Amino acid sequence: MPELPTNLKGFAHVYERAHINTDEIIPARYLNVHEEAELAKYAMEDIDVDFVKRVKPGDFVIAGDNFGCGSSREHAIWALRGAGIKVVVAKSYSRIFFRNAINNGFLAIEADFCDNVKNGDEVELDLTAGKFRNLTTGKEASFVPVSDFARELIEDGGLLPHIQKKAAKAA
Amino acid sequence: MGMTITEKILAAHSGRDSVVPGEIVNAKLDLIVCHDVTTPPAVAMLKKLGINKVHDPKKILVTPDHFVPNKDIKSAELSKQLREWRIEQGIERYYEIGNHGICHAIAPEQGHVLPGQTIVCGDSHTTTMGALGTFSSGVGSTDLAAALATGELWFKVPESMLFELNGDLPFGVYSKDIILYIISKIGVDGARYRAMEYRGSGLKSLTMEARFTITNMAIEAGGKSGIMPADEIAEDYVKARTKEPYTIYGSDEDANYSEKFTINLSELEPIVALPDLPSNGRFIGEIERTKMDQVYIGSCTNGRIEDLRIAAQIFKGNKVADGTRAIVVPATTEVWKMAMKEGLLEIFADAGCVVSTATCGACLGGHMGVLGAEEKCLSTTNRNFVGRMGSPKSKVYLASPATAAATAITGTITDPREFLK
Repeated sequence: MPELPTNLKGFAHVYERAHINTDEIIPARYLNVHEEAELAKYAMEDIDVDFVKRVKPGDFVIAGDNFGCGSSREHAIWALRGAGIKVVVAKSYSRIFFRNAINNGFLAIEADFCDNVKNGDEVELDLTAGKFRNLTTGKEASFVPVSDFARELIEDGGLLPHIQKKAAKAA
Repeated sequence: MGMTITEKILAAHSGRDSVVPGEIVNAKLDLIVCHDVTTPPAVAMLKKLGINKVHDPKKILVTPDHFVPNKDIKSAELSKQLREWRIEQGIERYYEIGNHGICHAIAPEQGHVLPGQTIVCGDSHTTTMGALGTFSSGVGSTDLAAALATGELWFKVPESMLFELNGDLPFGVYSKDIILYIISKIGVDGARYRAMEYRGSGLKSLTMEARFTITNMAIEAGGKSGIMPADEIAEDYVKARTKEPYTIYGSDEDANYSEKFTINLSELEPIVALPDLPSNGRFIGEIERTKMDQVYIGSCTNGRIEDLRIAAQIFKGNKVADGTRAIVVPATTEVWKMAMKEGLLEIFADAGCVVSTATCGACLGGHMGVLGAEEKCLSTTNRNFVGRMGSPKSKVYLASPATAAATAITGTITDPREFLK
């Protein structure tokens, strides 16, 4: 079984406003496609037009309350992942966004960290120690541990591989 | 400890005698609803994994609704993928353009939704169907793919919030005002992860169509589902549409609720939710008569026949104001036909409204009435987030069909009671 990565490092893109919704993460005018690379070109366009110019593979989105609310479009996860985002760290999530994240094996970590990080800071997620660190300032915070169920899904690579694995075991 | 209706439905569908909030269950699904935006990616995922057959084509309903009639080549490809897939899978419950409708409106209208069911759809407004006493929740494409492949899905049993509706709505106030009021009180994350359950004497005065508007917007408070126990009104609605058997569940007297609210409907007034959150609801007397560039009447929230009747009552003999555009979008083909037979389409056309075929259209900024920068629209739809109906610099105000029609006539936000006297 592939283990979760223990340490992830990247640069922070901070959006501290509450209720950033999936229409802002990927506007509906781009929902006529579902290819990740295509969606990635428009990620966060309605909240930050320069996001796609700045983002680099492995970067983090740091956000406030109820991140990803609104439409159920999984395209929001694909757009962020396609743009290079490895982890989202938000104070809290809308339930469908969070569900879509773990179903995709995508890390959505719950931690209140907006006040401790600025755009461009280098951050590190230490899943083993349960710590989230700002390497630029040295500040750190604990996060809500990933539930066993979510961890299993993420480790299996998402819901569909998880189901296939279960079916194979049963057969 | 007793169980809520939501807990009972989830327990019954996962082979359990009882469940408690927080538990994760695998629930069998009774209905999976598919549309043109979120289904093609789910189908692509299944193909990639070599899963070539859905679990049970009889439990699937397919209707293209978001970008129909197709707005561009890419959206035509999505509809084409949906159409080819349903033929390949032998899915009979398919509503092609000309018989189509917005999925959350057409599924109950055509008798596919029965009390006690579990329903998912790759769309956040799936909560709508909970008004018939079902557990109905929106999911993403991966969940949809898993549901299609296995006929079941994992759910964390939600806590329930109870909303007791008492009294009768005053003249000129509608179910849209109730739900905008509730969201203004609890906020856009006030029901996050939870089931919003409704009961009370006030519910008895609401038709099924009015009830769907309330459960439709559960997601705008972050809710996992909205649910109303099926009563005589719900049963009459269902029995007029299908002979299929069903099971009615109800909450126990000692069921556990994480929060309880009592709302006296007689104290409500028309409400408008100001930009940019559905929770920005204000009584109409408290807000400025802001000028609107566009009025939009439609969507899975308020595009049913009763909504159009209310709007037509106000439009009759009046004209849309100079400098304002009005767009009317019946939620389904059946609603469109009824509106035609009842003479409503003529009233709208005479007033200067554009009448569209059924589509999600401009509700999500797709097509058929998208807003330009700095434009303002008063809409009967469900969310008014930044850029929801078009330009991120446009502004959306949410209200009932009555308030929308009155606003179209004056060109500024207007109390519908001025026209209903």
